[in-house]
Amino acid sequence: MLGWLLDPWADPINVRALVEVLLLGATGGALGCWIVFYRLAYSAESLAHALLPGLVVAALTGAPLVLGAAAGLLLAAVAVAVAGRTPAIGHDTAVAVVVTALLGLGALLALSPETPARLQELLFGDLLGVAGRDLALAGALAAVVLVALAVLHQALLVVGFDRASAAALGRAPLAVDIALGVLVALAILVAVQGLGNLLVVAVLVAPAAAARQLTRRVPSMMAVAVAIAIGAGVGGLYASFYLDTAAGASIAAALVLAYAAAHAARAAGIARRA
Amino acid sequence: MRGPAVNATGVACRDLTLAYGARTVLRDVTFAVAPGERAAVLGPNGGGKTTLFRALTRELQPVSGEIAAPPRPGVVPQTERSRLDFPVSALDVALMGSVSRLPWWRRPGRAERERARAALARVGLDAQADETFGGLSGGQRQRVLLARALVQDAPVLLLDEPFSGLDTRSAELVMGLLDELAGEGRAVLVATHDVEQARAWDLVLCLNRTQIAFGPPQQTLTLPVLERTYGGEIVELPGRGGHAVLPPHHHDH
Repeated sequence: MLGWLLDPWADPINVRALVEVLLLGATGGALGCWIVFYRLAYSAESLAHALLPGLVVAALTGAPLVLGAAAGLLLAAVAVAVAGRTPAIGHDTAVAVVVTALLGLGALLALSPETPARLQELLFGDLLGVAGRDLALAGALAAVVLVALAVLHQALLVVGFDRASAAALGRAPLAVDIALGVLVALAILVAVQGLGNLLVVAVLVAPAAAARQLTRRVPSMMAVAVAIAIGAGVGGLYASFYLDTAAGASIAAALVLAYAAAHAARAAGIARRA
Repeated sequence: MRGPAVNATGVACRDLTLAYGARTVLRDVTFAVAPGERAAVLGPNGGGKTTLFRALTRELQPVSGEIAAPPRPGVVPQTERSRLDFPVSALDVALMGSVSRLPWWRRPGRAERERARAALARVGLDAQADETFGGLSGGQRQRVLLARALVQDAPVLLLDEPFSGLDTRSAELVMGLLDELAGEGRAVLVATHDVEQARAWDLVLCLNRTQIAFGPPQQTLTLPVLERTYGGEIVELPGRGGHAVLPPHHHDH
């Protein structure tokens, strides 16, 4: 049994993947609670999907993926801001148009004949390809996000709970919104290399959504969300090792299972009390 | 940083005009509420009561005119405008009042928690401190939001229909509390539909997209003023010597 548990970690590739999963779990679980409270899941997903052209260009030119992702995020944010100003189409529609256009552009670039075929790992991530240098960067970004969340905790709570009264309490909603947007962008940068730009949103939304079903206060919700994110991440790595499935997709599947289990547990709890 | 709460100067507006984009919602508002005075803000739905409060909290910039008010008034909004799905306790909400006097990176500590518990006791909810805010009744949530304003300890208090959803006993408790707060030297502004209640206070401001009247209740709560304020939806109550207003079913925003 112990051997079964320890076998995957004999390979440094898997150990690096494990560290990456721990970083992703801590960041995604904690930040995800605010993404859920501020109803930002759609925005987070849109940004993650729309940064594909940046990733592809980085892969083509040999630049660090995180730089490409950052450039892609910036382009996506500007495009969304510009498209959102178009009168007569709603903001959601504008976002959808931008995301589809940029995702398509990224695929076109990636599938042009003279380029190496790395589209799959850009879309679905390459946890097992994470290098030591990537880990250091991911660790630094994760630390920034977690420290910022600790510092901004009360402001995020005040604005999220009662936006209209927040300014009278000395917490400007616009400043808090911008800070949260920047943190979401940083978290996407942390996660995109491991989970790819299609699966990254799973770790940002599913753990918090599951934890919300099981807890009644913000601090406990954050703790449970981090635990679920890390648990699903480690579980996904085991599945990938023993079942020979793709690591990122296995983790995303484990996260969805965790959400379904939390939902069922809550429904059962309510039924028992009734 | 602000100085001590209670020796500031109340609220004053001069020739105030407020608009949402191109749509003017309130014109020509001029009034002053001094420290220690309680003012009722009367008006129909859409008459501009909530909009005036949004200007006093700096959430809405005036199109023209001037506002003199402390930068961080205590606000008690209508409870249905807050998030009922948030996983916070009554104590957590009351504690939020303490952030106005903390630097933005500091979390409330033990002293703030004591003050928040005391504020909840003052609104009669010490037993509910650890219950989830969204699970409380409408009247209880209203009182938790009042406790948040008590913790904030602001020189000016703005209350938006604080009596809606309160039973008689809680309404009396809140009325007494507002008298105490004014007695401590705070300016208290209350948006309300209840004309009879307004008679007991120091000042009345009648709004219906513009200022209809401002002054002591004896001068402002006359039939012509009330008709212009509410657009004729007035019924006389024989035997009580006063006029009651049949307010349309609210809530306005």
